[in-house]
Amino acid sequence: MADLKKLYDSVVSGDAKTTQAITRQALAEGVDPLKLVNEHMVPAMDEVGRRFEANEYFVPELLISARAMKAALELIRPLLTARGDQPVGRVAIGTVKGDLHDIGKNLVASLLEGGGFEVIDLGVNVSPEKFIETVNAKQANIIAMSALLTTTMPSMKTTIDALKQAGVREKVIVLIGGAPITQKYADEIGADGYSENAVGAVALAKKAVAAA
Amino acid sequence: MHPLIQDLISRGPVITDGACGTELQARGLGMGEFPDTWNLTHPERVGEVAQAYVAAGSQIILTNTFGSNRIRLGEQAAADRLAEINARGVEISLKAAAGRARVFGSIGPTGKLLLNGDITEDELRAAFAEQARLLAQAHAEGLVLETMSDLEEAKLAVSAARETGLPVVASMVFDSGKEKDRTMMGNTPEQVTRALTEAGADVIGANCGQGIAGFVAICQRLRAATDRPIWIKPNAGLPTMVDGRAKYTTTPDEFASYLPALLKAGANFIGGCCGTRPDFIAAIRRALRSSKTE
Repeated sequence: MADLKKLYDSVVSGDAKTTQAITRQALAEGVDPLKLVNEHMVPAMDEVGRRFEANEYFVPELLISARAMKAALELIRPLLTARGDQPVGRVAIGTVKGDLHDIGKNLVASLLEGGGFEVIDLGVNVSPEKFIETVNAKQANIIAMSALLTTTMPSMKTTIDALKQAGVREKVIVLIGGAPITQKYADEIGADGYSENAVGAVALAKKAVAAA
Repeated sequence: MHPLIQDLISRGPVITDGACGTELQARGLGMGEFPDTWNLTHPERVGEVAQAYVAAGSQIILTNTFGSNRIRLGEQAAADRLAEINARGVEISLKAAAGRARVFGSIGPTGKLLLNGDITEDELRAAFAEQARLLAQAHAEGLVLETMSDLEEAKLAVSAARETGLPVVASMVFDSGKEKDRTMMGNTPEQVTRALTEAGADVIGANCGQGIAGFVAICQRLRAATDRPIWIKPNAGLPTMVDGRAKYTTTPDEFASYLPALLKAGANFIGGCCGTRPDFIAAIRRALRSSKTE
């Protein structure tokens, strides 16, 4: 029998090999893939997030755990797709037009993948049109925008306005983040949510999807 | 010890400079505009900032080349002007220093994360080696790898910069953890210092990330973990955003009041990072003089 407690531990410690091995064994034994994710791996990523918030974990531990989770999801996702299960959400993520900083955006993308989201990374300097195109062509239901600069923050509003114009604003949840961003700014421009760090971004995305 | 560093610290604590970017903003650089290209478009204003620091008492000034590595400049579509921006940066500072201050070339991080697979070690090493070589060719007298958040990147930068034969300062940001005594990647001052000493940095330091109060304890821990001189450049507090502009709250006198504690903690080079201005350097110089006469 696959040791599922060890699955939890291996995600928390970021041991991708063990995570993948136990997942493979559990799937071979007929354990429901969704159960593996929801009852063992998601709680493990929650624990990783808790340790980060408590200053026990830092960026490397976050990334390594997300990587372990991703290794297992590589085995699980095809099974879920085959039986028609959708990912938690499909995120189009990018740094907004005029802004070329991507460490924060990349970190959020990695953690969202680790959290079971399908992530379409549009890179940096992403135009409103590109976001809209991704919503239409790839059925993204979340748009996650990053900006590091106060001068590029307004591109977030431009993008939201463009989504409205294109008639797709109601189809997507818009989440924003980055050093100069505040909840107040998110409210002002009509974004659906803001998080001050990458761990919070995953929790926020999950909450937003559940409420949608 | 590198002879230039030996010579500089043999006469007591060395005053470095304050922030560059915020000074350029005061002279018209737009928020979000890339400061380094001003070496080509507004050399006289970059020179003014350098001169103001020399006049305030800086014994070392840094070039306006923090983001001028191939990776950062590539993002700014200015990679073809890489050599020119670095060379002009050194030239502007040397002219402003006019023999009264040493000119060290500033090298910042690439903005990519090794651990996330954003970039490879070879790409990082090549980018740092290239910028270091360009600064050295333009006759910078030392190199400062500053505002580093990732120890692995800093180590690669040190080994690349050492190839020039110039003295190499390696300075990290401590802004994470409960006590704000860890790097973004979670490394302690002890871990950082040991690794950078081993990598061959001539001077080891901390800059940016927090106000000056938090630097005393960090400085002590850097000091205790190495025989290399220590470089300290704190921010003028943490900024608050007012109408889309960063405001720093520490005054020059408050800043300089920490000088005795920092010297006691073992600092050899002292200056400022974000939000500090020439009057901060002048206040440090006054405090240093009065501490000598006491």
